[in-house]
Amino acid sequence: MKPFRYERATDMAEAVATLAAEPGGAFLAGGTNLVDLMKVGVVEPDLLVDVRRLASATIEDLPDGALRVGAAVTNSDLAADRRIRSRYPVLSEALLSGASGQLRNVATVGGNLLQRTRCVYFYDTTTPCNKRQPGSGCSAIGGYTRYHAILGASASCIATHPSDMAVGLLALDATVLVLGPNGERSIPLSEFHRLPGDEPQRDTVLAHGELITAVDLPRLPFAERSRYYKVRDRASYAFALVSVAAALDLADGVVQDARIALGGVAHKPWRATLAEASLRGAPATEDSFLRAADEELARAEPLAGNAFKVPLLRNTLTKVLRQLVQGGAR
Amino acid sequence: MTTELARPAIGTALTRLDGPAKVTGSAPYAFEQQVDEPLYVYPLQATIARGRITGIGTSAAEAMDGVVAVLSHVNAARLARPKDSLAVIYNQAEPPSVEDGELSILQSDQVAFRGQLIGGVIAGSLEVARHAAGLVRVEYDAQSHDVSFSPDREDFYAPQRVNAAPTDSEQGDIEEGLASAAVTVDESYRTPMEHNNPMEPHSTVARWDRDGLTLYDSTQGAHVVQTVLAPMFGLDPEQVRVISPYVGGGFGAKGMPHAHNVLVVLAAQLVPGRPVKLALTRQQLFPLAGHRPPTVQRIRLGAGSDGRLTAIAVDVKTQTSKVKEFGEAAGAVARMMYAAPNRRVTHRLAALDVPVGSWMRAPGRCPGMFGLEVALDELAVASGIDPIELRIRNEPDRDPDTGRPWSSRNLVRCLREGARHFGWDERDPKPGARRQGDWLVGTGMASATYGANTIPGSRTRIRCHPDGRYLVQIAAADIGTGTWTTLTQIAADALECPVGAIELEIGDSALPRASVAGGSTGISSWGSSVYSAAAALRERHGNHPRPGTEVEIEMESNPDAERFSLHSFGAQFAEVHVDVDTREIRVARMLGVFDVGRIVNPRTARSQLIGGMTMGLSIALHEEGILDPRFGHIVNQDLAGYHIASNADVDEIEAIWLGEPDPHANPMGTRGVGEIGIVGAPAAIANAIHHATGRRVRALPITLDQLL
Repeated sequence: MKPFRYERATDMAEAVATLAAEPGGAFLAGGTNLVDLMKVGVVEPDLLVDVRRLASATIEDLPDGALRVGAAVTNSDLAADRRIRSRYPVLSEALLSGASGQLRNVATVGGNLLQRTRCVYFYDTTTPCNKRQPGSGCSAIGGYTRYHAILGASASCIATHPSDMAVGLLALDATVLVLGPNGERSIPLSEFHRLPGDEPQRDTVLAHGELITAVDLPRLPFAERSRYYKVRDRASYAFALVSVAAALDLADGVVQDARIALGGVAHKPWRATLAEASLRGAPATEDSFLRAADEELARAEPLAGNAFKVPLLRNTLTKVLRQLVQGGAR
Repeated sequence: MTTELARPAIGTALTRLDGPAKVTGSAPYAFEQQVDEPLYVYPLQATIARGRITGIGTSAAEAMDGVVAVLSHVNAARLARPKDSLAVIYNQAEPPSVEDGELSILQSDQVAFRGQLIGGVIAGSLEVARHAAGLVRVEYDAQSHDVSFSPDREDFYAPQRVNAAPTDSEQGDIEEGLASAAVTVDESYRTPMEHNNPMEPHSTVARWDRDGLTLYDSTQGAHVVQTVLAPMFGLDPEQVRVISPYVGGGFGAKGMPHAHNVLVVLAAQLVPGRPVKLALTRQQLFPLAGHRPPTVQRIRLGAGSDGRLTAIAVDVKTQTSKVKEFGEAAGAVARMMYAAPNRRVTHRLAALDVPVGSWMRAPGRCPGMFGLEVALDELAVASGIDPIELRIRNEPDRDPDTGRPWSSRNLVRCLREGARHFGWDERDPKPGARRQGDWLVGTGMASATYGANTIPGSRTRIRCHPDGRYLVQIAAADIGTGTWTTLTQIAADALECPVGAIELEIGDSALPRASVAGGSTGISSWGSSVYSAAAALRERHGNHPRPGTEVEIEMESNPDAERFSLHSFGAQFAEVHVDVDTREIRVARMLGVFDVGRIVNPRTARSQLIGGMTMGLSIALHEEGILDPRFGHIVNQDLAGYHIASNADVDEIEAIWLGEPDPHANPMGTRGVGEIGIVGAPAAIANAIHHATGRRVRALPITLDQLL
């Protein structure tokens, strides 16, 4: 690990100013991903600005029925919150399907959004990787691609975003609140993470020095009928092969509205807008679900090593929608 | 001596004597041994798979505060040829032609596989050593490498032996046996590269001084390390002391010294008098700690309409590294498992530019019983005979390989007991016919076996304390298996005293010489040795020896080992659920029934058996080293990428045993429980998956995409 400086600011504004003046620095919150990356030499910050104690660790009700989740709320606390569990079960389930109990006790909401990909070549400093070292090439293309993207990839990167929480948040139309050197701004989560294009080193639209302060969850009554289903290679403590976050608004057997986000399939949590559009106004039947899945997956570009994700996602999405209609547990 | 009538200690569920020290963190594992003013060495590894080092730029590393030296082939001491590890372990003659290119590191500019040790940075702290290692610039003349294992290669060769097993064997006429069969199976079964990954990574502390070399090492055999390494450094074995009281798992990966042991000693030589510490990272274990080589097993079975086998042919293809030969003896089990008049087993190796393979729990037997027991299941389906009945019909009355009588063979009892316990009789053999909610449900079974071996030569010293207690010394190893506890129980019975009267010392090459903790031989060998020493004490000094009395002798040999065929047996059962939509696979139930001789300690034995079964589940569904042919190394080289079963993957798991002592194995009647739990479990799960889904998967690990 490269030697680094460690600082604690007195408030968020000072933290932002400190980091903005240090191009090679990074914010530190839970550290569950950043410290790992530092150990293996993937990330080598000169300065860590600890924001763990600065950001809010509370979940507050907003007047319009929304919830504001402080960036320092732990994954465990968010998953266990009574309001989250009743109003947004998809989010609670997504959180609990990620990592391990120990990690969730430390990992924060802000940090989880900024998780780096688990592509094995990104983690291995002896192999080329455009995300780690821009311009060096993509080793995953032509390599081990079981966990890689089938949607929105580019010729320079086929990595996937590893977060489960972010997939749940995306289905809920969450907004990310950010404090930067030039003040505050809010970013819809759907615009927060990027597709790789020819700049895979940039996971998000955040500029250097911008700090996530909170995530807003808008009121969405039909999200009470929502769930998260994660398919992985073992029963626990594994990243998603594919995952589905979905909420259904049903009336008289007809889909009034739907929210669907997919994980494990793209460089960012993937909002399944085509599937959602296909479902709106459609009868809540197996045929409609299959059609919705097929319309979304028509734009998939699988590789030889992950072609199975297309039928797997088709089956998983229809399974989740079926379960939401039945209202029954697995 | 106690006056009360001592109950036998063997057979009691004594809690681990080292438990309190381990759970309170006071048990010193190798890296935690308290030493004065240690230095640290961090390895440099090759980033090409074949070629030559043309330059090593060390100035940036050497300029760092705290860096003591950069070690490479440029400045490393010249090493003599090591002793052959397998020859040392099995007390065999040195093979004349085998070079150990695994251990002979830093002797030239040649690179033989990616990840090979090419040097190290020595510094005052681990952090500085590791950072400085990243500043060393190595230049290469890379040559094209060949790491792609495939049964279609044309360069397979027959080795002299495969991990101490004969390469080929033949009885009768296979083609005739197959031609006369009413039912045949002809399929290929594949197992991948697998990596042991003990919880405690390999670590060693080395101190080189005038008297010789001291190693605190995480090893399964202190004397193996001593005997193999000493000649490399021009030392007599007595000048090398290896201390290893606690070891955090081995599974064979610590059964013999690996290259990191040599690196840390080379580092210690550069700084005489200073201890040098080395702990491999998780990633470094993958190329440096050995692995189970991949296998492709073509299996042909022929049987009459009554299910009796007319022919068994197993042709194994596997790989070895070029620098040190190691073969996975996957065909060995087919030589003794079932009766058949015609039989052939062959092993062929392809030498590749890959890391060095080695022992992984039940080497050969675990992958071999995957192939054989899935093939048997296919034969059962094809012939319409229940899989248990099929096995019973092919029970041999003598060892088909050696012709010797069995010391005791209770496979049929295991099968019947397991069937009863598991509820096998209610099973509908039709595949893909049961559903619970969203889950397809199936059950499967497989036989298990492992050799009941004893390694001769271990010595024990017993000294009588004034208070009536006994000091029992032997350089045995406890790699988490429970030796501290079980060997104490054996000593108590051998000396006819309570366990509290035994003070055991193990894990130090300064103690009387002992064999390795490997091949499920530990308790059988060391226990035999303790029994021999106890008998000698009584014979020479009577029942009331004077305080200070001491005996030390080598264990008596067991003539029955040459007269009988000694094997453990078992029956493994699994219930598997497969999701109808996603094809996620969950093992809802596992049962193992084992014929493993007398059980020394039900608590530690159960832990060994269900640990083996869990590892078998891991092998069935999870474990696979992904070798990227472009680079030449395992790319999923951590525990996020290389999956082992998590707690959530293990549901109901039960191990039971017959408990019948083996009259010919050793004085205790034990057979060893370390490895048989893993054998057969992957096949039982694979067979259950077929029963659940109708899909026959012949390649491990079985993952959901193979069932979509």
